[in-house]
Amino acid sequence: MASILQRIGAATSLSSSNSFDTKKFNLSSPRSVIGRKVSNLDVRSNGANKMNGGMNCQIGGRADHFVTNAVATKPEAPAASTASKPGHELLLFEALREGLEEEMERDARVCIMGEDVGHYGGSYKVSKGLAPKYGDLRVLDTPIAENAFTGMGIGAAMMGLRPIIEGMNMGFLLLAFNQISNNCGMLHYTSGGQFKIPVVIRGPGGVGRQLGAEHSQRLESYFQSIPGIQMVACSTPYNAKGLMKAAIRSDNPVILFEHVLLYNLKETIPDEEYVLNLEEAEMVRPGEHVTILTYSRMRYHVMQAAKTLVNKGYDPEVIDIRSLKPFDLHTIGNSVKKTHRVLIVEECMRTGGIGASLTAAINENFQDYLDAPIVCLSSQDVPTPYAGTLEEWTVVQPPQIVAAVEQLCR
Amino acid sequence: MAIWQFVGKRVANYFTVSTTTFRSLRPLINGDSSPVNIFGYRRFESSKAGQQLDLVSSDDDEEQNQGVDFPGGRVGFTSEMSFLHKSSKKRVQCYRVLDDNGYPLSSSQYQHVNKELAVKMYSGMLKLQTMDTILYEAQRQGRISFYLTSYGEEAISLASAAALSGDDLIMPQYREPGVLLWRGFTLHEFVNQCFGNRNDYGKGRQMPIHYGSKKHNYFTISSPIATQLPQAVGAAYSLKMDNKDACVVTYFGDGSTSEGDFHASLNFAAVMEAPVVFLCRNNGWAISTPVTEQFRSDGVVVKGQAYGIRSIRVDGNDALAIYNAVRVAREMAIKDQQPILIEALTYRVGHHSTSDDSTKYRPIDEIENWKTARNPVSMFRKWVQRKGWWSDEEESEFRANVRKEVIQAIQVAEKTEKPPLDYLFSDVYEEVPINLIEQERLVRETVKRYPQDFPKDVPM
Repeated sequence: MASILQRIGAATSLSSSNSFDTKKFNLSSPRSVIGRKVSNLDVRSNGANKMNGGMNCQIGGRADHFVTNAVATKPEAPAASTASKPGHELLLFEALREGLEEEMERDARVCIMGEDVGHYGGSYKVSKGLAPKYGDLRVLDTPIAENAFTGMGIGAAMMGLRPIIEGMNMGFLLLAFNQISNNCGMLHYTSGGQFKIPVVIRGPGGVGRQLGAEHSQRLESYFQSIPGIQMVACSTPYNAKGLMKAAIRSDNPVILFEHVLLYNLKETIPDEEYVLNLEEAEMVRPGEHVTILTYSRMRYHVMQAAKTLVNKGYDPEVIDIRSLKPFDLHTIGNSVKKTHRVLIVEECMRTGGIGASLTAAINENFQDYLDAPIVCLSSQDVPTPYAGTLEEWTVVQPPQIVAAVEQLCR
Repeated sequence: MAIWQFVGKRVANYFTVSTTTFRSLRPLINGDSSPVNIFGYRRFESSKAGQQLDLVSSDDDEEQNQGVDFPGGRVGFTSEMSFLHKSSKKRVQCYRVLDDNGYPLSSSQYQHVNKELAVKMYSGMLKLQTMDTILYEAQRQGRISFYLTSYGEEAISLASAAALSGDDLIMPQYREPGVLLWRGFTLHEFVNQCFGNRNDYGKGRQMPIHYGSKKHNYFTISSPIATQLPQAVGAAYSLKMDNKDACVVTYFGDGSTSEGDFHASLNFAAVMEAPVVFLCRNNGWAISTPVTEQFRSDGVVVKGQAYGIRSIRVDGNDALAIYNAVRVAREMAIKDQQPILIEALTYRVGHHSTSDDSTKYRPIDEIENWKTARNPVSMFRKWVQRKGWWSDEEESEFRANVRKEVIQAIQVAEKTEKPPLDYLFSDVYEEVPINLIEQERLVRETVKRYPQDFPKDVPM
């Protein structure tokens, strides 16, 4: 899937550079990371003075607080400094691990807890090698009781530790809903700000390959109402590592959604340290005709459809929203104002998913800019079937995306 | 301090594992030294095989040696099919120091409490009782919306707090304001929280009695039952990582032991060897559910054993017993880095809360009996007065003073300004995000446009 990305990137860099402002950043050259950051600043100038730039910078500050790099990264400099560094290639789960390891090295309060995360290395190998390195108190294997170990993480966080709680599968975190909703999201507020909960709750979710209904849950739709938490979804090794680091450094409880099918994506990421912004969306492919909003695995279906669309003469703008709570309405808004047509492609179910909320948010804020009603492609409101063919048809497939765009752009 | 116990019957075989793995079992501290008690335990400090085989016949000896190394340890076999009893014939006995009339029992093992501590404990219990009475009345008068009393359980919260150090973390359920009181929370601070005014540390966001104070190491109360139990294990885990000379003490009621979190927390704490003291206030009632409908085991103390946790049953109305048991439990928890379970048997004299009328589901004479005959405050008072450390005059004077202070605190709190509007939106996240800033703006606009529909006493 990563290869599709690279090819699209290559194709678009030809068409995009002359059709609009090069200030928009694009993933065609993932190596030129820092260059993007500088350009991003211009894009954001019409908002309040927002976070200083895109892919490479700070976290923590909220939308209109201009917080300079909270992160001990190298000071921002144009592409020259990165151009010389080759970067290194790795898989998504390794990128997550790298992010984890760097943060554990940097801050002795960071610890991991979950089932089989210690000596087994995690069921998806995200924490492999960390227990031998940091000891089994910092990488803690817990018995099977999600509510209990999530509660444990919350208790530890209130004491000053920074735990990363892993759900073996996001679906199991439904058992931790009480702790997440009633305590994780609430205690900072109800204690009058006395206790803070800087936890990261992460795990693989989404529809996999014939994992059955209970292992194919999309928890982002259930958690999105909980006040006090932040939700982000990673989709590439680059943003996986950056978001992991940002989530760990954030003082708010953050839920990081990974996807079961994306763990083996390969990408070359920079050698130097970088932290991404938790509240920012990622411009995957700039375009003119339609804004396609997506996240996680659906990004790849969208990019595949984009290939077809480009061949058919369309110019879709693809944005990976990444931040599921709160939505990056700034980036999204700019895009809507440009293209006037929105297609949302998500893996959540039709009812009450991220797409439903996003549709409402865009309609409310940018109605004047829309030339057509928002189209939202989601999975059906059914438990995910086991049979491969049926499973394939519960999630949105590229042909459907192409058809929707064609319909929308008529 | 521990009292060792020999297993008498053949049924003991089922608990018998080879000496090499026996260390993993935790002793049940039991006052009864009779050999009939099946579920008592011994603890080995060395691997002397002799003691173990004492009460076991020679047949069993052979079978013992034919054990198998199953995952989890070596287990001996037997050819007798016998199911474990669902509970022992005799209930686990309850540790006490003072008798019903406040006289110390000669056989009691306890540490003496000096005058200063005893008077502080007793006056704390009085203060709690008085504060409860007045604030309950305040709720009845409509001045606060809700209140929850600790009648009958004053000894538990004050005496346990007295046994702890200020560094020990408290994760309460909701019926332990006595612990905060001990630690120096003032009447004003209590009342401010109940009134939800500007000076409330919780910034007016929680119901009355949901106190929380970081500086007193008392975690903010969260209404759902038993959620604090796994959090206590997590907090203990952090103490363990930091190697601190402190433990976590978490309080909960008999009803909480039905929640899944209770079981998982005990299990986790045992596996992780976390320094937590689990203190169960078994007061007989979970709103209207009596303990006979809550569980069928011999109370809560036996549950500790199921998870491999040392446990003790204490008379919750005996302040000195609680003090001693908690003091020792704390030492054990910190030194051995193990969880301890304390079941404090007591009675909930008051209603569950101001939203409850317990006379609807229990006989009034039962309540009266516990209120008078087995009242922890009066029991302790007898002991303190007999020591010459308290007198009737001091009692009435103290009560009157506290009463005045509470009433005054209420008057001040009522007049204090409510939290401002921006407290509604702050602390949801570390910094207020755009969507909440927007929502706040909308609220302010609406209030400006229709001021008559909004309360006047909320500062904007």
